[in-house]
Amino acid sequence: MSKVANLLQALGRTVTDKLWRLGFASRFFVYMLLHSGTALRRFRLTVREIYFTGVLSLIIILVSGLFVGMVLGLQGYDTLQRYGSSEALGVLVALSLVRELGPVVAGLLFASRAGSAITAEIGLMKATEQISAMEMMAVDPIARVVAPRFWAGVISMPLLAALFSAAGIFGGYLVGVHLIGVDQGAFWSQMQAAVDVRQDILNGVIKSVVFGIAVTWIAVFEGYDAPPTAEGVSRATTRTVVTSSLAILALDFVLTALMFTGGNGK
Amino acid sequence: MNRSTIDLWVGALVAMGLAALLFLALKVGNLASFSTSEVYQVQAKFANIGGLKVRAPIKSAGVVVGRVADVRFDNESYEAAVTMNIEGQFKFPRDTSAKILTSGLLGEQYVGLEAGGDSAMLKSGDRVKLTQSAVVLENLISQFMFSKAQESGKDSKEAK
Repeated sequence: MSKVANLLQALGRTVTDKLWRLGFASRFFVYMLLHSGTALRRFRLTVREIYFTGVLSLIIILVSGLFVGMVLGLQGYDTLQRYGSSEALGVLVALSLVRELGPVVAGLLFASRAGSAITAEIGLMKATEQISAMEMMAVDPIARVVAPRFWAGVISMPLLAALFSAAGIFGGYLVGVHLIGVDQGAFWSQMQAAVDVRQDILNGVIKSVVFGIAVTWIAVFEGYDAPPTAEGVSRATTRTVVTSSLAILALDFVLTALMFTGGNGK
Repeated sequence: MNRSTIDLWVGALVAMGLAALLFLALKVGNLASFSTSEVYQVQAKFANIGGLKVRAPIKSAGVVVGRVADVRFDNESYEAAVTMNIEGQFKFPRDTSAKILTSGLLGEQYVGLEAGGDSAMLKSGDRVKLTQSAVVLENLISQFMFSKAQESGKDSKEAK
C-alpha cells in the first residue's frame, strides 16, 4: 500500500515540479521583456552578444547550408528525372529550403551552437556567484546579462536562417547546373515562378523569428535556473539542446499547419 | 578583441543576412516581376473550373497578365465564380473570352484570355461573358470509351 502511495507521491512531485518550472519560465519571460530596456538602450551589450551567437555561428550555418542544398540537388534530380521534369529542380530546392529546411535546420544548429553556449555561460556565472554579486551591487542581472543575450538571439536567428537558405540554394545551383547540367535558365525562372515572396519567404522568416525566440528563451532560462554546481550546469546545457530541438520541431509543425494549409490553394 | 572589431563583424553579419534576404526576395522569389501597379478585378463564371486555384496565373497569348484572386461557388447559377486581378497596364476588349487551360498534360491550370474585337474595354467589376470550362480528363476518357464501345458495337452488327 505504501508503495502505491510513494509512487503517487513521486508522480505528483514530478508534475508539480514541471508546472512550477513552466510557471517560473513564463514569469521569467515576461520579466525579461519588461526589463529589456537596458539591452536596447545600451545596444553595445546586445551587439557584443550578437557577435558571440550570430557571427561565430556563421561558418557552421553557411557550410551546412551549402551541403544541405547540394544533397537536395542530387537527391531531387534523381527523383525528378524519372518524371522527365528535372528543370523543376530549382523549385524543389528553393521551396524546401525557404519553407522548411532553412528555418528548422538553422534553428537546430543555432540551438546546439549558440543556445548551449548561452546556458553554460549564464549557468557558470551563477555557479561562480557573479549573478549574486551583481544583485549585491544593485545591478539587475536579468537586465544586464539575460536580456541582451535574448535579443541577440532573436536578431541573429532570422539572419542566419536567411543565410542558410541562400547558401543552400547556391549549393543546389552548383550541383544542379554545373555538376548535373540542368538548364540554367529553367532552373532560375521556374524557381522564380513558383516561390512567392509573401507565401513562402515571409512565412519562412516568421518561422525563424519564432524559433529564435523559443531557442534563446529556453537557453537563458535553463542557464538562469541551473543548480549552481558543475553537474547542474552540464545538465542544464544538455536540457537546452534537447528541449529547444523538440520545441523547434513541434513549433514547426504548428506553424506549417497554420501557414500552408489555411485558405485555398497551396 | 576590442569593441570596434566586434562592431565590424556584427555589421558584416547583419549586412550579409539582409543581402541573403534580398537575394531570396529578388532572385529566388518573384518580387521583381511582382508589379505594384494597380489591378482591376474582372469576374467570370465557369461551369467547371477543374483544379483552378487562387493565385493561379492569368495568361493571354502565353504572357502572365494577372492572378486569380478568388474562387467561389455561386449558389444561384450553380457555377463557379472566379474573380481575376488583371494588371492595369493590360487592357482587354469587353468581348474577351476566358478559358481554363492546363500547362502541359499534367501541369497546373490557368485562365487563358483571348481578346475580342470590341472597342470598349473591360473595367473593374465587369464580367467576362464568354467562358469555356476546364477539360476534365475523366470525362474525356469516359467519352472516348463510350464512343469506342459504340463503334465496336456497330462493327459487330455489320459483321453479322
